[in-house]
Amino acid sequence: MKTPEEIFDLLKNKFGEAIIELVSDKPAESFISVDPLQIDKICNSLRDEKEFAFNSLMNLSGVDDANGEKLKDENEHDIIKGGTLSVFYHLESTILKHKVTLKVSADRDNPEVASVEEIWRSADWHEREAFDMYGIKFLNHHNLIRILMPYDWEDSYPLRKDYQNPEFYQGMKVPY
Amino acid sequence: MMYDWLYNATGSEVIAAIIQSLMPLFLFLLPFALFAVLLERKVSGHMQDRLGPMRVGYHGLLQTIADIIKLIQKEDIIAASNDKKFFNLSPLIVFIGSYAAFAAIPFSGAFLGSNIDLGIIYIVAVTGIVVAGILMGGWASNNKYSLLGAMRSAAQIISYEIPTLLVVVTVIMITGTMNLYTMSEWQTEHFWNWLILGGPVFGIQKILLIPLMIVSFLIIFLSTLAEVNRTPFDIPEAESELVSGYHTEYSGMKFAIFFLAEYANMFAISVIVSALFLGGFQSPIGYVGNLFGLPWLIPFEQFFWFAFKGIFFVFVQMWLRWTLPRFRVDQLMAFCWKYLIPFSFVILLIVGLITVL
Amino acid sequence: MSIKTEEMVLNMGPQHPSTHGVLRLELVLEGELIRDVIPHIGYLHRCFEKHAEVMTYPQVIPYTDRMDYLASMYNEFGYVVAVERLLEIEVPERVEYIRVIMGELQRIASHLVALGTYGADIGAFTPFLFCFRDREKILNLFEITCGARLLYNYMWVGGLSHDIHPDFVRLTKDFIKEFKPNLKELNDLLTFNQIFVDRTANVGILPPDTAINYGVTGPNLRASGVKWDLRRNDPYSVYHKFDFEIPIGKGEKGTVGDCWDRYYMRVLEMYESLKIIEQAIDNIPEGDVTSAIPKRIKPPEGQIYARVENPRGELGYFIISDGSVNPFRVKVRAPSFVNMEVFGELCKDHLVADVVAILGSIDIVLGEIDR
Repeated sequence: MKTPEEIFDLLKNKFGEAIIELVSDKPAESFISVDPLQIDKICNSLRDEKEFAFNSLMNLSGVDDANGEKLKDENEHDIIKGGTLSVFYHLESTILKHKVTLKVSADRDNPEVASVEEIWRSADWHEREAFDMYGIKFLNHHNLIRILMPYDWEDSYPLRKDYQNPEFYQGMKVPY
Repeated sequence: MMYDWLYNATGSEVIAAIIQSLMPLFLFLLPFALFAVLLERKVSGHMQDRLGPMRVGYHGLLQTIADIIKLIQKEDIIAASNDKKFFNLSPLIVFIGSYAAFAAIPFSGAFLGSNIDLGIIYIVAVTGIVVAGILMGGWASNNKYSLLGAMRSAAQIISYEIPTLLVVVTVIMITGTMNLYTMSEWQTEHFWNWLILGGPVFGIQKILLIPLMIVSFLIIFLSTLAEVNRTPFDIPEAESELVSGYHTEYSGMKFAIFFLAEYANMFAISVIVSALFLGGFQSPIGYVGNLFGLPWLIPFEQFFWFAFKGIFFVFVQMWLRWTLPRFRVDQLMAFCWKYLIPFSFVILLIVGLITVL
Repeated sequence: MSIKTEEMVLNMGPQHPSTHGVLRLELVLEGELIRDVIPHIGYLHRCFEKHAEVMTYPQVIPYTDRMDYLASMYNEFGYVVAVERLLEIEVPERVEYIRVIMGELQRIASHLVALGTYGADIGAFTPFLFCFRDREKILNLFEITCGARLLYNYMWVGGLSHDIHPDFVRLTKDFIKEFKPNLKELNDLLTFNQIFVDRTANVGILPPDTAINYGVTGPNLRASGVKWDLRRNDPYSVYHKFDFEIPIGKGEKGTVGDCWDRYYMRVLEMYESLKIIEQAIDNIPEGDVTSAIPKRIKPPEGQIYARVENPRGELGYFIISDGSVNPFRVKVRAPSFVNMEVFGELCKDHLVADVVAILGSIDIVLGEIDR
């Protein structure tokens, strides 16, 4: 059983720069911010090392931070430029019975995050969902295709805050 | 016999033969199917803590007729990729196969479609045509579910014909006849003379035969049950896996014909099993007609007992259907080849020895 | 001439009697042997998460009902637990007791559907109706409590929409008394039926480490022999006050973690739920169920991941608040969604008939997978 602070210290010693910060202001649950491209290595050690033993990924969720510049496009629709998209990882150890939350933030224009699918198989569909909804690209994912939306949905990601419904899908009118 | 009476009444062999051959269908099978469909729904309903059809007529008595009217009105859909010729032919073949079996079944002492000496062998042979019909339907539907269902069905029916035939051969060895009419007559009107209780023989032979016959009866009941694809052997139409097997693509009257064939089959196997082991049309306790000296009553009594036994076994089949889950394909085959066939073989050998000695 | 064999692709669903909703499976078959399974989901996608972002916090509750429509009470339970933790409010004990009773009744109702439809999948139709008969009585209990039978909107943040009916305690006790013999009847009819055991034992075996790695939770995980139940391992509400067992799979009829174990886990859990209800029903504290409902629900900035033991497994709500009346982000960790992933793994090298058996034993609800 380890607190997030202890886990943060251990990880900081091990990975240095890749571990960005520990955010722990109440009432928010504390989380550890890490580097999106090194998340797979960090997770690997979190799973395999005896002192962590995080054998289960409870949840993986994409988030649109909406912290970029809010603009209007030519049709007076809100769009967001710049800023980040984030992914939250909720890990749990059924052996040591402790939990930790990791967060990675990637650039909104080219959101690339390393995939943890090979570490926890449960990440497979969660990552596909995050890709489907936010367009976050998980590098090295073996089958990164849409999951809830139709496979041939055009390049738009419905859960982004500046999402606009397309006029037509396959010749069918979308807004009804 | 009925044929002679018809011949005298009409004066023409052809007309008499046609009337005779259609009688079971219109006088018995169609009313029976109407009744059995309703019975099935009522039986299942009451077993499942509900009432079954209640709206059409008193306690839903006219429900099946309403269903038939609906089925007749339905559009007869033939998909573009169906093989039209065989698709249309298949239900007919299935129905012909199961109806042809009734030719050799004695309905009572006075009515037997055709008194051929090959009787039971003819029935086993002619019901084999059903496999061709089912395969044809499954293939012509051009649907993968239908095809899987048809394949399963063919494998199942052919496999289960072996234990059926082995038991039939055992029975033939004891009775010395293949004619179902003679067989029923041989078992006389007292239940202790029925074949399941050793037949009308006495002494040590009867005692030896009783356990063997009871086992044979169970074997043939199970294997015929599998041949008509009823639960727990209904994997060809396994509703939860294959939608409804070989007749997935059929609609309207063609579907109704498959349905009719299924109920005809259920009844046919019931009466065949009862003709082999339970005295066929014979009464278990003697005839009222004999008691009061009214010989014309006897054929009617016999028909009553024939129908009673048949419907009783149909009821047992429904009872099983609404109680048991379904086997898996490999388990079904294993059950046939590992248990039924060896057991029926052993019984065949022992009965052979008993009859020789 | 050389004979070549080809794999056949069989499309199962979205309209198929035993895919439990609109699930489409692409089966790659060799004869009747499964070589590969590709599930296609999303036919029931109703954008719950997008909707939640434009609703206020209480307005989201009816939407949670519609995810796992067989366990609506528990979906609300999870959501209100998450929001209450975010708001840091205390809930009166009476409310907690009623929530637990409703939750456990809902668990029984949900398991009854799972077991009944599983029987129907295997070919026994009668247990299906027997189960629905008993579920009906539970729905009647819900109906006298909140007027709805399927989608309740009963648990509110900080309280409940209605107090329980004066007759509720008596009716619940009657139900428990009637239900116990019925459960035995179900066992006699289906659970220990030899054909049923043959169909399900040693089929679709899920080893514990695979289960954990795939994130499988709930009865499916416990059937693999892992003693993991959030009511014990991460207690919420007043579950710590009750005495109940956590049944785990023992491989009584076959191997640990086979379909029969997964099925039997649900039967055992119903007994445990009855135990919890029996303990709670007599000790409901007095109080007001609406007193703690906040006038204005506006959580401070922050994020929370709260989870409850839904009948299907770990139901998690990840809520980010930006300090306004609308949630900034609501992500649902749907147990069926995660449990479904392992399905392809379980089906390999089984027969077509087993696909149905395995799918039924995982007990998915498509409304929750697609949200």
